[in-house]
Amino acid sequence: MEANEQMTNVSSATDPFLKPYPDKRLKSRAWNKSLVVMRTTLLLLTVLTVYAFVSFDYKEVDFKEAALGTLTNIKVMFLEPHLKHFTFLQAVHQVFVTLGLAFLTTLFGGLIAVLLGLLAAENLSSRRVSLLIKGLVSFIRAVPTVLWVLIFAVAAGLGSVAAVIGMTFHSVSYLVKAYSESFEELDRGAIEALQASGANWWQIVFQAVIPSSLTYMISWTFLRFEINFAVAVAMGAAAGAGGIGFDMFMASNFYLDIREIGAITYFILILAILLEVFGAGLKKKLKVNG
Amino acid sequence: MRADYFAKKKRNTLSVLLILTVITLVSIFITEYNVVKGITSVPTAVQWALSNFYPTKESLSKLPDILEKLKETLLVSIAASTVGAVFALFFSILGSNTTGVNPLIKSVCRSIATFFRNIDVAAWAMILLFSFGQSSLTGYFALFFGSFGFLTRAFTETIDEASGSSVEALKATGAGYLSVIFQSVIPASLPQMISWVLFVIETNIRSATLIGLLTGSGIGFTFNLYYKNLSYDIASLVVIVIAFTILSIEFVSNYVRRAIL
Repeated sequence: MEANEQMTNVSSATDPFLKPYPDKRLKSRAWNKSLVVMRTTLLLLTVLTVYAFVSFDYKEVDFKEAALGTLTNIKVMFLEPHLKHFTFLQAVHQVFVTLGLAFLTTLFGGLIAVLLGLLAAENLSSRRVSLLIKGLVSFIRAVPTVLWVLIFAVAAGLGSVAAVIGMTFHSVSYLVKAYSESFEELDRGAIEALQASGANWWQIVFQAVIPSSLTYMISWTFLRFEINFAVAVAMGAAAGAGGIGFDMFMASNFYLDIREIGAITYFILILAILLEVFGAGLKKKLKVNG
Repeated sequence: MRADYFAKKKRNTLSVLLILTVITLVSIFITEYNVVKGITSVPTAVQWALSNFYPTKESLSKLPDILEKLKETLLVSIAASTVGAVFALFFSILGSNTTGVNPLIKSVCRSIATFFRNIDVAAWAMILLFSFGQSSLTGYFALFFGSFGFLTRAFTETIDEASGSSVEALKATGAGYLSVIFQSVIPASLPQMISWVLFVIETNIRSATLIGLLTGSGIGFTFNLYYKNLSYDIASLVVIVIAFTILSIEFVSNYVRRAIL
């Protein structure tokens, strides 16, 4: 809304009909901070993009040939998919392995994140603890998931254990941010009223904080589950976590079987769309109830 | 009546907990996840990281190489996000409920975006690797497809939120389709759109690391090289460099967001 108002100010200032009657105040509004920052950002992004295309390492790839090759590959992938190195039922099993990884990480991540999120919410803990946790969490978030998984793999060995711990790390950092922001929206008065009636910290948390943020928490957690499914596919490919992603990696890097990649992509695509539809339904239902 | 209410609430909570427990047990069984090992390996990992995973003086000599690769990864991520945004703008205007021209084009635009969004960038990277090899273009196109799909969805929602009533007002004054788009829809949604693009740049740098690992290019490859050679000191330097970059970008985009939103 605020942006809307600012924008109408700006466009009325640059309106050609206003030019015969120059208005100093309007003109200075046209160059307010928001506009300057916005234009600088756009300019900077354009310059960097152009520079990127100039400096790319093209490795003598014939662009036209490669693009046509990719199109042919995509056509073959989606029109002639087949499974050669495993059966349909095995593929379904692998999809469930990936789903299982995503579920475990979301669950563990969610449980830890509730606790840390409470400590990170400024209205429920001290400012110092809140800053400490928020700083720690944004560092964890800044390191890509795959690196966390590989770091844990040194201690736990490649496999589902390293994948679940590494992905949980990242889920925790993501969910702490989401949860704590929703906890902080709770009215100060509600907490004070409970404190005045003699409720202890745990009672405040379970009777006021969590019930009022529950819908938010569920929709953020489900969103993270969707992300974790995609991440679990990628970890199967990049960090040997098993599941459908590993089969895809094998089909791509060892069997060089584009048709099998196609079949696996169908599996992933169908599941991802199902999750998205289910998530949208869940959101709608929560909105009605909440 | 009240006792009933609480009993029902208790039953609901219990059944949700029961379902979650069953799914958890099935997941543990199917993924062959070892719960005990999962808990004990966290302290082991921390201990290992504290004794091996930090940069030494010698590893700093590799810093220029790492920064060179980082620059490549950064530029690929930014280019993919901005070009993706341009395409997404076009598709979201045609696919949004407020500005769509006809229902057929609307649903075609939306399905194209859904298709690109739901194939993970890692999958795109593996598909593109066949033709584009280990050039920057593999990563670029993989990120571009992902960003395009995501941004189309985000932009569509932004347009619907930001410009519903002003579009109607302009249409009522007899403004043409293009002037409605350029005078109302884009100016009203631009700040939110820039914010989304900045978010996508952040995400893309993280994904670029993953793609680099899979396709052998960029900073992901650098990490993998030293990681596989067991030169953990240099690998840790790569991690620190990536974390620092993402935190700085987060800082800059937060500044921009505060200024424009």
